[in-house]
This record gives sequence, C-alpha cells and structure tokens, in this order.
Amino acid sequence: MDATIGFTLNGKPQTVSTDPDRPLLEVLREDLHLTGTKFGCGEGACRACTVMINGQLTPSCITPISAVDGQTVLTIEGLARDGKLHPVQEAFLAEGAFQCGYCTAGMIMGAAGVMKENPGAGEVEILEELQRHICRCGSYVKYRAAIRRVVGLTQIEKRRA
Amino acid sequence: MKTEPPDRAPLLPDDDMLDFGAPADSFGYDFGLTRRSFTKLLGGGLILAVGFNGKSQAQESGQRSRGGFLGSGARNLAARIHLGADGSITVMAGKVEGGQGARAELTQAAAEELRVPASQVQLILADTSLVPDDGMTAGSGTTPRTVPAVRQGAAAARNLLIGYACSQWEMEPATLEVRDGKIVHGTGRRAVSYADLAKSVDVARQFGQAIPANVELTPVKEWRVMGTPVLRPNALQIVTGTHKYPSDVARPGMFYGKVLRPPAYGAKLVSIDPVPAKAMKDVIVAQDDQFVGVVARNSSAALDALAALAKAAKWENAPGSAPSSKDLAAYLRQNAEGGIPANPFAAELAGAKSLRRTYYVPYIQHAPLEPRAAVAEWSEGKLTIWTGSQNPFGVRNELARAFHLPEDSVRVVIPDFGGGFGGKHTGECAVEAARLAKAVGKPVSLRWSREEEFTWAYFRPAAVIDVEASLDAQGKIATWYFININSGPNAVDTPYSVPKKDCQFVPSKPPLRHGSYRGLAATANNFAREAFMDELAASVGADPLDFRIAHLDDARLRAVLERAAKEFHWSDRAKQKSANIGIGLSCGVEKGSYVAACVEVALDHARGKLKVNRICEAYECGAIVNPANLPSQVQGAVVMGLGAALREEVQFENGKILNDSFGKYLVPRFDDVPEIEIHLIDRPDLPSAGAGETPIIAIAPAIANAVYRASGKSVQSLPVRFA
Repeated sequence: MDATIGFTLNGKPQTVSTDPDRPLLEVLREDLHLTGTKFGCGEGACRACTVMINGQLTPSCITPISAVDGQTVLTIEGLARDGKLHPVQEAFLAEGAFQCGYCTAGMIMGAAGVMKENPGAGEVEILEELQRHICRCGSYVKYRAAIRRVVGLTQIEKRRA
Repeated sequence: MKTEPPDRAPLLPDDDMLDFGAPADSFGYDFGLTRRSFTKLLGGGLILAVGFNGKSQAQESGQRSRGGFLGSGARNLAARIHLGADGSITVMAGKVEGGQGARAELTQAAAEELRVPASQVQLILADTSLVPDDGMTAGSGTTPRTVPAVRQGAAAARNLLIGYACSQWEMEPATLEVRDGKIVHGTGRRAVSYADLAKSVDVARQFGQAIPANVELTPVKEWRVMGTPVLRPNALQIVTGTHKYPSDVARPGMFYGKVLRPPAYGAKLVSIDPVPAKAMKDVIVAQDDQFVGVVARNSSAALDALAALAKAAKWENAPGSAPSSKDLAAYLRQNAEGGIPANPFAAELAGAKSLRRTYYVPYIQHAPLEPRAAVAEWSEGKLTIWTGSQNPFGVRNELARAFHLPEDSVRVVIPDFGGGFGGKHTGECAVEAARLAKAVGKPVSLRWSREEEFTWAYFRPAAVIDVEASLDAQGKIATWYFININSGPNAVDTPYSVPKKDCQFVPSKPPLRHGSYRGLAATANNFAREAFMDELAASVGADPLDFRIAHLDDARLRAVLERAAKEFHWSDRAKQKSANIGIGLSCGVEKGSYVAACVEVALDHARGKLKVNRICEAYECGAIVNPANLPSQVQGAVVMGLGAALREEVQFENGKILNDSFGKYLVPRFDDVPEIEIHLIDRPDLPSAGAGETPIIAIAPAIANAVYRASGKSVQSLPVRFA
C-alpha cells in the first residue's frame, strides 16, 4: 500500500506517494531525480549514500522513506547555498581530492555533517566519521588534505570573527 | 613465453604481448533466433571461464580491428577535432574516464598542440557514434598511445591554421606563430583564429584527410599546458553531485530491472513459474532460456518481483565438484596446461647454494564503488546504451553479437563512471539491460547489486608461482627459474641481470571467471620475485638493497630503488634490528615505468597483527604530463595494493562466494592508510608512460619483506599473514 510522505528536502517542501518501505536513497534517485547521492552497497557499509536527516548523518540506502515523514532532509544537491559552495566542497575542489568521484558526495556530506554538529571539530573528529566511508580509488591522502584545509580555514575564520 | 639470456622479454606492449589488456570472457549472451542465452557462462558446468589462453580477443580478431585492444584510431582529422564557426573546439577520443585522469590529460594534449588554454577545449569521450575507436582503456595505454594520437591531430589542425594564415597574407609559415588560438599578423591589425578556419571550405576538405603521421609535436621543453597541473575538467560537477554517472542516467518512461542469478556457479535453471511475478503491478518478466529478468516502475518493485521469481525457480547444480578457495593452489597446479615445465638448470643446482619457494596469490575483486550499471533504449530497431565500461567499442560489438544487429545500429555512450581498475572490460550488464528494454518496449535502467558485483563480475586471477635459483661462489645469482601458473605473463621476466634464466607463464583451468586488474599479473610476479630476492640475500648475508643493486644494470630501475632507499634512510635503518618493527623494500618495472617502495611495519606478536606505519615510494614514468593527477594515481595504487597485501581474498565454496559484501570483504579505509610519501622522478627526456597500474606492484612484496626481516619467517602467500 502506498503512503503519502511529506518532508522538507533541501529547504523545500516535498511530498511523495509511494511504498513506505522503499529506501530513501531509491526515492531520491528514481522519483525525485536527485542522483548526487549514490548507491554503493545497500547495507550502510560504504556511506556513498550519506544524507542528513534533521542534521544527522544517515545512510539513505537503509533508511525507509517512511522514516523521513515530517523530517528535514539535506542531500549533496542542497549543500551549496545561493550558488556558493560549502567550505567542504571548496576544499575538495581546491585539493582535486577525488579520482572517480563516486564516493565524493558522501565524503563531503560526512565532513559537512560533523562540522555542523560540532563547529569546533578538527581532523580527528571528521576522520572518525569518514572511517565509515569507502573510497575504492584510494584517494584518502588527498581527502585528508582537503579535510585539513577546511579545518584550518574554518579556524582562521573563527579567529577573525 | 620463454626467455633466454641475453634477450629480455619486451617490457613495453607490442604486438606479441597484449595479454595484460585481454578482456575477460563475456557472458556469451545470444538473444538471436537460436535462443541460446548463456552459451558460455552456464553451458560449461561449474567451470565458468573458458580459459585464460594468453591471447586477447584483440589478437584473435586482428590487432587493428574495430573494438580491438588498440582500436582503429581516427580515420581523418575531422574524426578527431571539430572546429566551430563560433570558435568552439571539440576534441573526440575513444578513451573513458573512470577516475584515472584521462579527461584532464587528453584535454591537455589537445590544448598543448592547438596552443589554446585547456579550458577552451571541449572533450567528448567514448560515445561510439561520435568518437574514433582508440581501443580499450586498459594496459596504461592512454598516456603512451592516445595522448600522442590526440596531439598529432591537434598539431595537424594548428598547421592548417598556419597554412591558412600564410595563404591569406602571403607569408612563410616559419614566420607565424599560434598563440591563444590565434595568429596575429606582425602589425597587430590582422588576425586569424580557429573560428576563421572553421569557415573555410578548403580547410573542411583537408579535415577529411588522414592525419599526417609525420606531424611534428611540441618538444617537452616548450610545453605550456602539458607538464602543468590540470584539474579534472568536470570537477565542479563531482563536488556538487551533478555529474551523471552511468547509474544516474534517466530516460523518459524508464523502467528499473533486475536479473535472476543462479544460486551457485554453473547451476542450471530447470523450471520457473513466472505467473506470481507477472501478476504484480506494472511488472514485466523477460525470459530467454536461462536468462530471466524482470522490470518494474522502481527498483524496490523490481526486487519484489525478483523475489517472487526466485521462489518459483528450480535449479540443478552443476555436476562434478569444483574446488573451494582453500584447495585452489593445489587445483591450479594439477590443472596447469601441459604440466609444469621442469627447471632446465637442475644440473647446476647440485653442489651450489640454492633456494626453492612456491608463492600463492588469491583471487581478489576490483569492487569499484559504482557497480556495473546500464541504461538501454531501443528506437526503431536501433539500440542506445549508457554504461560504465573500459571498452566502449568492445561493448558495442558484444551488443551487436547478442542481438544480431549490425554494429552501426548500436550506440554505446560511456559517461565518466565510478571506477574500473581493469574490472570493467566487458558489457554483460549492458546486454542484460538491452534484453529487458526489448521486453518492456521502454528504456530500462539496470544496476547490479554489490553482491552481484562480488559474485558475477570477473576476478583478478589467482596465482601459484614456483621460483628456484642457484648462487655462485661470489653470492650472485647463477640460475633463475620462475613459473607463473594461471595469473599471466606480465613482469614474469626478472629485471635483474642473471646469466641463465627461464621465466614462463603456464595457463591453468581457472575455477572462477577471471580477467584484467590494475597491473594484472605483474603484482603477483613481483611479489614472488621480490620476496624471493630477500630470502636469497639473507642466504648469503647480504643487505636486500645491496643484493639488488649488485644485480641491476637497468639504470632507471636502479634510480628509483636508490631514491626510495635514500628518502627512507634505508642504510641507517637497516643497521638496527627489531622484532617489533620491520622494514622492507622492493622494486619493479612494468609497462614502461619504474617503481620502488620502502615500508615500515609494526608487528604485534601477542595478537598476531601487523600494521603498516609508513610507505615511501619512488616512481618514474618518463615525462610527467599532469603533476596534479599523477600523485593521485600513485597514492591510489599504493592504497589498493595495501588492501590486497593485508586483507583482500575472495573466499568461495560450493560455487558460492562467501565474502560478497563490503562487510565481509574488507577494502582499505581511512585508518588503514599509513604515512605515504611519494617521490616522483620527472624525466622530460623520456616518453611518458601510463601511471595507473605500475605503482601498485611494489607494495605487497615490500610489506612481506618487512615482516620477514622482523620475524625471521618468510612470507609466501597473500594476503600477508603474520602469526
């Protein structure tokens, strides 16, 4: 039986009528055409599918769409605001941190989620979260450089403020 | 492949040695009138692969055929470059981008010779209806072969611009120079650009002619775009999630598919009742003998229908018994084609100091993060496919064969995709999507699950390697015998100077479907050779570095080895001995580039665990084309090599893969990554070699040697176990 599920998606109200057991990832990709969030494993083990639900990092491949009824969902497509990249996106771009880029959206969401939850987060806290993610191209060295860059820049900004 | 001194096996690919790029056998789908849907895959009982016969499909069908390993290239300049009257420049190449950097590098190649900034070049990759067939993206071939081909075309176009300006202004070519896509006349009042060239009817005729082979390319010392760091042109789309990977492609009215897989390798479908699945809403079942698939309005509905089909299917297991991963080494040895050749230097072993070892390398899986995916759309008997593959023209041919279509009725488009590593040479997913799309009469998206990817994609071949050597009175290698069973001929020869050697690859009967992989057999062969070298060195009381250098005439290999050792402070560190900290080194050459690594490992004797603390790798691949991308490739190869050295091993039993998920098959993550130092040696005086593979081959043996040094126990199989 289909259910009607309403939630806030990347700042805008969204309603879908569908089987409530379908994974959030599938509904984002197949029904709402937001394909920036990726399928990697279907069991939450690679975190290519990372989104934020009410600001909490969540693997969307093992989250049923019914779980987001009335909640706020943020995907990689909603991370940049008013045409301005999120500082984590800027850092990943500046370092050319990715290779195939398939895990990149998940990594960026992971880092951005930690920084949102804990604005004082450093490299250690961010990498602790990103430990859940897989980059099969092995771009970890450059990803680490991107994290260091964004953490460093964030601290400089804070000192200025 | 037998090698005798003083001749060396060719280290660069040539007509006799294309094995490393050999595509895995296709599933052999045939959806023609004969209704044989699985001619190879399931018809052969438990034995999945037809056999790694050391011959690529390219060789069998002729080197320069379309869809072959090398491709047929651009038939004329128009096939390579399109100049727009609006000043746009579009370059076309048959290579693919799977994260290895082809898009940036080929853009640089064109920009360099056209004398324009890289940002001005639009690059179309791997759309078989638009691009020339530049062969497979495999065997580190883009840099040494396609970059020069694109440069040749671009330089020819630049020469046409110069010729055009000369004809306009009645000047000598030597007095004119192209800068920023224009030629400005000395006085500055007159200029011609590529947009003017595009409007010339005479030039259009010249674009219809073959690209001259003797066109002069820009010398390395004059490079302005090549040799400089260039970011991947679609990097912004990657960080914003807007790039469309093959699994992201959507077409109007598209359905989502799933394919019914046998419960074990070789199992045969005896009967199936499709009625319960067909009764489901908007579900269409496609059956063609052994092929059974389903489409629905979304992936969950397709999975539900698949579950209904699976419940109603009866299978018959393949007769006979296939080996499990535990018995694999013995099985491969028993099934070595023509037996294992004996050591021809046996007589010389008597009375000399000698050593014999057998090494084992298991099957591993590529596990690219984007599983196989394809979207298929039929229109008036013609087929368009979007898929992730390293072999666009090969996939086109595979589709044409499966559906009995002329090749020009099939268009294959390869959007930049999520990782290949040698694992995406075939088009089975595309064929399946096309079969399903045909059944429903609508476009179909098919994406394999992670379990399918771990089970039904081909594997890196397992290896059993016998090595035996004798030493002379001075402690130098006198005879060298090296036999690779099953995994391939790459780097089977030794780069060390030895007076007598016999190095051979012997195919076996692989129980799993196997194919290419980053570096292919060079990793296994290097592991065996380099681990053996350390044991030989120890047998004569020599330092592993000194022992290697005493056997090295190859200046390039020696240079990387000495560089890695110097940066690691090998000679100082080798004086200290510790049971808890081991250091090891290794080196090797493959596909025209040179690598050496020094590593430090920490051994936890109580828990039998080892941790790699530091990797210091020196690498040389001729003139560096993109210094922004090269470190990524080398670091990525190091990390991938680390996974295979420490943990990765496909386990199977009774025709089933036991570790078919990322929860069970553990690939490297952040905390596995040690301190990695990469030292790149730029050689502007040498041709550029591809760098995507070779940096992987030094990692496993360096780790094995570090464990040996600390523990005193030699390592003879991968992944490295320490207990």
